[in-house]
Order: sequence, then C-alpha cells, then structure tokens
Amino acid sequence: MTTKTVQQRDTVTIRFAGDSGDGMQLTGNRFTTVSAVLGNDVATLPDFPAEIRAPAGSLPGVSGFQLHFADHDILTPGDAPDVLVAMNPAALKTNVDDLEPGATIIVNSDAFSAGNLRKARYDSNPLDDASLSSFNVVSVPLSTLTVGALEDTGLGKKEKERAKNMFALGLMSWMFSRPTEPTVEWMRAKFAAQPELAEANITALQAGFAFGETTELFAHSYEVAPAELPPGRYRQITGNTAIAYGLVAAAERSGLPMFLGGYPITPASDVLHELARLKHFGVRTFQAEDEIAGVGAALGAAFAGSLAATVTSGPGVALKTETIGLAVSVELPLLILNIQRGGPSTGLPTKTEQSDLLQAMYGRNGEAPVPIIAAATPGDCFYAAIEAARIAITYRTPVFVLSDGYLANGAEPWRVPDVDDLPDLSSAVQFATDPNDGDRFLPFRRDAATLARPWAIPGTPGLEHRIGGLEKADGTGNISYDPDNHHRMTELRAAKVARIAESIPPVEVDHVDGARLLVLGWGSTYGPIRAAVRRARLDGMPVAVAHLRHLNPFPSNLAEVLNGYDRVLVPEMNAGQLQKLLRAEFLVDVHGYHRVSGLPFTAAELIDAIAHELKGLS
Amino acid sequence: MTETATRDGADAARPLTKKDFSSDQEVRWCPGCGDYAILANVQGVMPSLGIPRENLVFVSGIGCAARFPYYMETYGFHSIHGRAPAIATGISVTRPDLKVFVVTGDGDALSIGGNHLIHAMRRNANMTILLFNNQIYGLTKGQYSPTSELGKITKSTPMGSLDYPFNPVSVALGAEATFVARSIDNERQHLTDMLTRAANHEGTAFIEIYQNCNIFNDGAFDAVRKNRPQQIRLEHGRPIRFGAEDEFGVALKRTGELEIVDATRVAEDVLLVHDAHREDPGLAFMLSRLSHTPQGPTPIGLFRQVERPVYGTRLNAQLDDAVARRGAGDLATLLAGPDNWMVN
Repeated sequence: MTTKTVQQRDTVTIRFAGDSGDGMQLTGNRFTTVSAVLGNDVATLPDFPAEIRAPAGSLPGVSGFQLHFADHDILTPGDAPDVLVAMNPAALKTNVDDLEPGATIIVNSDAFSAGNLRKARYDSNPLDDASLSSFNVVSVPLSTLTVGALEDTGLGKKEKERAKNMFALGLMSWMFSRPTEPTVEWMRAKFAAQPELAEANITALQAGFAFGETTELFAHSYEVAPAELPPGRYRQITGNTAIAYGLVAAAERSGLPMFLGGYPITPASDVLHELARLKHFGVRTFQAEDEIAGVGAALGAAFAGSLAATVTSGPGVALKTETIGLAVSVELPLLILNIQRGGPSTGLPTKTEQSDLLQAMYGRNGEAPVPIIAAATPGDCFYAAIEAARIAITYRTPVFVLSDGYLANGAEPWRVPDVDDLPDLSSAVQFATDPNDGDRFLPFRRDAATLARPWAIPGTPGLEHRIGGLEKADGTGNISYDPDNHHRMTELRAAKVARIAESIPPVEVDHVDGARLLVLGWGSTYGPIRAAVRRARLDGMPVAVAHLRHLNPFPSNLAEVLNGYDRVLVPEMNAGQLQKLLRAEFLVDVHGYHRVSGLPFTAAELIDAIAHELKGLS
Repeated sequence: MTETATRDGADAARPLTKKDFSSDQEVRWCPGCGDYAILANVQGVMPSLGIPRENLVFVSGIGCAARFPYYMETYGFHSIHGRAPAIATGISVTRPDLKVFVVTGDGDALSIGGNHLIHAMRRNANMTILLFNNQIYGLTKGQYSPTSELGKITKSTPMGSLDYPFNPVSVALGAEATFVARSIDNERQHLTDMLTRAANHEGTAFIEIYQNCNIFNDGAFDAVRKNRPQQIRLEHGRPIRFGAEDEFGVALKRTGELEIVDATRVAEDVLLVHDAHREDPGLAFMLSRLSHTPQGPTPIGLFRQVERPVYGTRLNAQLDDAVARRGAGDLATLLAGPDNWMVN
C-alpha cells in the first residue's frame, strides 16, 4: 500500500520521448490502454520520424508519444504536456519548448553523457545549469536502476538496458495510480514464445513502480477519476483500425465481398495490414506492384461485383488519379481512402495535414466529380467508411474518404456499436439481372431517383456489354463522339453526384445565444475546434460551431448556415482549401486560420484565432 | 443498327458459333489492318472453349488493339493506357469463375504498362494476354515503339530511334511466365492453335502476335510473315528444324548458346529437341534470342508451358484456410476486440 499522499487531478497530459529504438510508442500505448480501461477519456498523439532508426541519440531520431487522459470527455491529445519523460538529451531538447513553466520533466540521467549531449547539440549539461529552472526536473538513473533490477536474469547488459522503457512505464504507473497487472498479462501473452524476455520486462515494470513508491524524489502521486461517458461497451481504437473495420462492416451489411488493392505507403499501410489479417471475413487484399495497379485491381474487382477499395496517402492518390477518372466515367462503386500526410511531394510522411481536399475535389482531367467524406475522429473513421460505401454502392461512383496521419495513429476510447444498428446497405446493391429496355440491356440507362446506372456484373447471362473510358452514348453506353451527348453526359455525371445531397443529413450547428461567429471545421480538426470553442465559451465568448463530414456534395442547408452568421472562421491544416471551396460555391467571405506544422492544432492557438475574429466583429 | 446486346434465351440450348461472339459494333480499324484477322480468329476460337459467353471478359488498355473488347459479344472493359493487366488481376482473383483475356499492343504492354505486365506474369494471375506487336504506335500516328528496330525513323525520331528494342518473348520468359508463345496475325491455323492452348492454360498465358500495321509500319514482319522458310516452328518433343525443305536446324553449342546449323550435314542427334515443359526457362529464353527482331530465322509457337500455382487460386485458398482455422469472421466480436470494458 502506498504511504504517500494521493492528489486528485481532472486532466493530465504526458509525453514519452526517446530514441526511435527506445520503445516509446509501445510505452505510450500501454499507458493509454490501461488509462482507457480505468475509465478515463483518452486521446493520443504518436509523433515519430520517417526514418526507421536515425542515429542513436540524434535529434532526428527522437520518437514521441503524447497522451491526454481525464475524468471528463476530452477532444484533443492536450496542448502542453504536464509531464515529459525524456530518455536522452535529444528527447529533452526537441520537446522542452512545448512545456509550460511548472511542468515536470523526468529524465534518464544515465543518458546524459558527453557523447549524447554533443549529439543533441548541447554545449553544457542542462541538468547541471540553470536552463531548466522553471521546470520540476527529476533526474532518475533509469538505465542503472533497470540493469540493477535485472541483475539476476541471464540477459546481457544491452538487453537489460533495453527494458528501461518498462521501468519508466512502471514509474509513471505509480505516479498516476495505474495498475501494472494489465501490462503484466499483456507482456506474458505478447512474449509467450520468449518467457524470459517477458519476465525481465515485467520485473523492470514492477521495479519502476516500486521505485516511485520508495524514492524520496516524489512527495505524492496523482489520481485521475473515471470520466462520465455514455454507457456501453468501449474499446480503444485508432483511425486506421477503425477505417479497416468500417470496410468490413460495410461489406457485411451490403452482402458484397470486400476487396482492397493497395501499395505500402505511410501512414496508410496499417489499413492494408489490418485487412490482410481478416481473411476469415472473406476479405481479399492485394499488395500490388504499384499504386496504379492497386486501384486498377480494385476497379476490376468492382466491375466484377466486389465492394472494392484502395488505400493510400497523397502521393499515391496522385498516381491513382487516372484510374479514379476512369471509375467516374464507367460509373462503378470504388472507395479511395486517403490517409493524408504533409505535402507536397514526399513531404512529411509521418506527420499530419489536411491538404489533399482540393486534390480529391479537382485532381482529375476533365469534369470528373467525386463525392468526398471526411472523418472527424479516430472512431469516426469507422462510420466514414460505411457512409462512403453507402454512397458508392447506391450511386455507382468512386468516393473519397479523407483521414489523416493524426486520426490514423491517434487512439481514443470508442463505444462499440451494435452490428444490427449499422446501416443496412443490402438493398442498395441490386445487381442487374434482366434487360431494361424491352429485350435489350442498356448499361447506361439511369435509375430515376439516384441517376445511378445498372451494375451488371460479368457472369450474368444476356447482359454482356462493354464499358470504357471513351465517352458513352446516354443509355446504350456505346462509344459516342456526338457533341450534344457529351454535354448531356457531363451534366448527368455532375447531377448524379449533386443528388447525393438529398440523402445526407443537414449540417448541425451548435449555437449559443448571441453568437455572431461560426467556427466551421472538417476532418481531424474536429477535436481541437470543439475544445477551443468550449473554452472560449467559458471565457465568455459566444461562438457557434459546426463540422462538415460531407465535402462533396455539401449538405443542402449549408448556404443558409453560412449566411446566418456575421463571420465564418474555417481553421484548416492547409492553406485554405475548404475556405476556397466555400467562397467559390456560396460567395461568402469566409475567413481562415491556416497552419501546416505537421501536428494537429492546439486548442490554445484556435482560441486566439477565435478571439481575433471576435475582435474584428466588435 | 441495334446498338446493344440483346438477351438470347437460346444460349444454353444451342451450341455457340463464331457469329455469337461478334458484337453489333462497327469495327473501326484501318482497312488491311492485321487486327481483323486476329479478331476473326479469336471469335472463331471462342465456341471451342466451351465457356458460357457471359463468363468471358475482355480487358484492354489504350491503342488500336485496345478497341478489341468492343467487337466481342462478351463482357468487356476498355480501360486506361498500360493498366489492363492490373484491372484484369482484380477481376480474375475475385471471380475465379470468369475467363479473363487481356488485349494489348507493344506500346501499351511494354512501354507504359511494362510494370504491370511483368508482375502479372510473375504472379501467374489467371489471364490470357494477347500482345499485338506491330512495332509502332498506331493510334497516335506513327511514333516508334519499344519493339521498333534501332534507328527507326519516325515523326518523333527523324534521325532514327536510339532505344534498343525489347523482344517481348524474352521479356515474358525473363518474368518466368508459365505460358509463352508467339504467332502471326494471318497464320490462321497456327494462331488458332496457340490461342486455344493459351486459353486452356491455368495461370498467365502470354502470346505475342506479329500484327501488320499497313499504315505506319507496313511489312515489318514480312521477312517471317510471308517467308515461311524463315519461321522456326517450335513443336514440343521434336528436333528443331526449319527451311523450305527443313534443311536447317538449331543446335546447342558447347558454350551454352544456340546456333543454326545445316541440318543436312549434321547427325540427327545434334539438333536440339524442343522441350516446352522444362521447368527452367533458360533454354526457352535462348530460343527467343535466335532473332532479336524478326528479320532472320525466327521461332514461332509455344516456347514454354509449365504448371505453377495460380495466384488467384492461392489467394482464395487462404480465405478458406483462414475460415477453417479461425471460423467464419464474426463482426460483433471483431468490433469489440480483446480489450474492452463496460461503462454503466
């Protein structure tokens, strides 16, 4: 039993930072899981370099994992960490500027050698000078203590030292009153084949916990009570897992076999990995020779009657562009999942950005409209995938789903849905089985309600027909160079996409009395925007807020909503892409807040942006 | 002109004929194009395959050859430049019940689509690839192609092309395709034979078809096409002979290369006996090197046919295997995951 006092906290943000090989992602994930199971609301922000292993101890090699947990519902991974765990000087250097005065820094003092200080470009040891005086610095010889704790094991010194992340996790578990048992069980399951390794890590974990209890470095520990969340069964989920599960759910609810054609690319590969493990759901995954073949195979599978998808990130979308245009032309259902990252070109592969909206909207030759859905949170990626499938199947069109690096790797507690409550997509499938014009089959004769053309899959007797990228005659689908027909087909393709607006819900505005400013977001800025608006209101700023899930077509009430406020502010992690679309579509002088740092917005910067707009209104 | 397919309820009752595979679309190749002969041949082969018309899918890329699917009364997909093997892969792995053909040209398959072509063949995805090689870009009006001879003078190479050409059969054998053959547009019986064997092959079957473009590259294959003695007709299990009176033969030199010998002056056992079913593609590759471009004696026929597991078959077997080992997936269990908790 603890002999030290326990202080209550309502919210805590911790950042683990160390070398890419130090196991910071694993440490952060374990802490997150245990916190979620304890009932806290949790949001995470993994932040790692594109290099797999930059030189040990170097600044580019630092890998971080931030998590925010609280006794109430939270929307962001936290602005500034309350506690930074820095495993070496480079980790300290790259993260210390994010801390507020008074924050706690726990450092592995063993790693502050002359060599490591040099690699981190420190002229003097920051633990010895006054540079950290505004923080509560706790020096712990993590490596020495870990090696000591593992003295009796048969492991070598390097292997012993490698368990220091578990020692750090144990220490943080004590500090924030997290049990170690779930991680002990997890270790034993994970390393079932190497029990001695599992036991060594468990020993390090428990030694770290005991160290916190007995050392005089810490006067007290903290407790964060469970959050009040809507009742139900919960699990932790990342955006990439959620989007993969959304595809599987859409396949099951539509009765279609699932096919994914993809090519490895950060940060989208985990979607391919997740689906590749789900073969017992009848999911076929195909790792193609390139991005183009990935989407090409998906389009072939769609033609043949699968629920087909391709998953990639911005540069991959650039390569798939021509095939997406073909999908528009032949009017087949196809899901394109773009897990956006920093651009242009290779850009920032492991960082987040939402700068592919205009690429999704306009990045094709010719008039080629494609519906676009954007996910708001990691868990929402699940529902975004299902909604995209609904639109693709119902309207026989390619559909973009936009996620991003932050949603992809970030985790949150997710209320597990009841399968029977998920949308039933089976009636939307309707494969053609019979002629539709006397005894003829017209592959481009449209449904009056949706303007969708028939989906007549190979193997259906009597409906043999040819499709292709050349312009097709309205109805028959035969090659046509007729000027009026081309104009009519262009309008029909546009009208079909526009008509989707009839089946999507109106945008909901969270309005407060006296609000003249509307903050409108899309995609992963949902959390930071809601957090900022919540705090702004507490500070006496009346602000309305709304979020767009459908970016093409827009909800039908959007014009009315935009015109209902004196000012509209659209914060985006790009240079103003939704802002441009709204201005062009609605002739409203939308203001923007733009920053592309590769990291999600902090609530604090958005509060400043809100305050700035309000000042402009007064 | 009726412009679309009509339902033919009698399909199942009567045997199909060549005519059943002609669509109602007007064929728009140039008069005299080698494609006409190939189209007629393919349509003629179809009934003998015994595959219901609705289970046949023709996929193409872009180019003159790529118009082919429009003229076939089957399912068809005229796609984008070079990508037909990728699209066909998606069809064939998700629908093993279908027979998928890819129709492509030398520019489509070997230039923009080279990557997809080699990967389809290495995977052994189930499809029959017909490469119409006319050694020129036709649809864009006469630029040199990846199979044009070195120094080819065209609008884009007024001083002669500088690219060393591909030998398509060598490329296919280099990618270890499990079925590799070559034929000629107007060699009716030979082409029918190759098409039939290719269509019955399990896995990727590749046929290079010498096809005359009478507008931009007329006579490119005449050295072989019109000069039967220059055709080295490969027949499995037979000594390789050719010439007007079979006076030439092919022999294996001690250095490992092949050479053309005077068959009247060497012992019978000096001649190489063609073995199309050798596991190692090396000897077939050397046969393909007897002529880099079809100017001298050139082998036609079946270079190689071996059995190797088919990509789609194995992919689908993994699904069955996963169900056998883990049981059919249960969505509710998947969504709940192993680590979950209740909030009341």
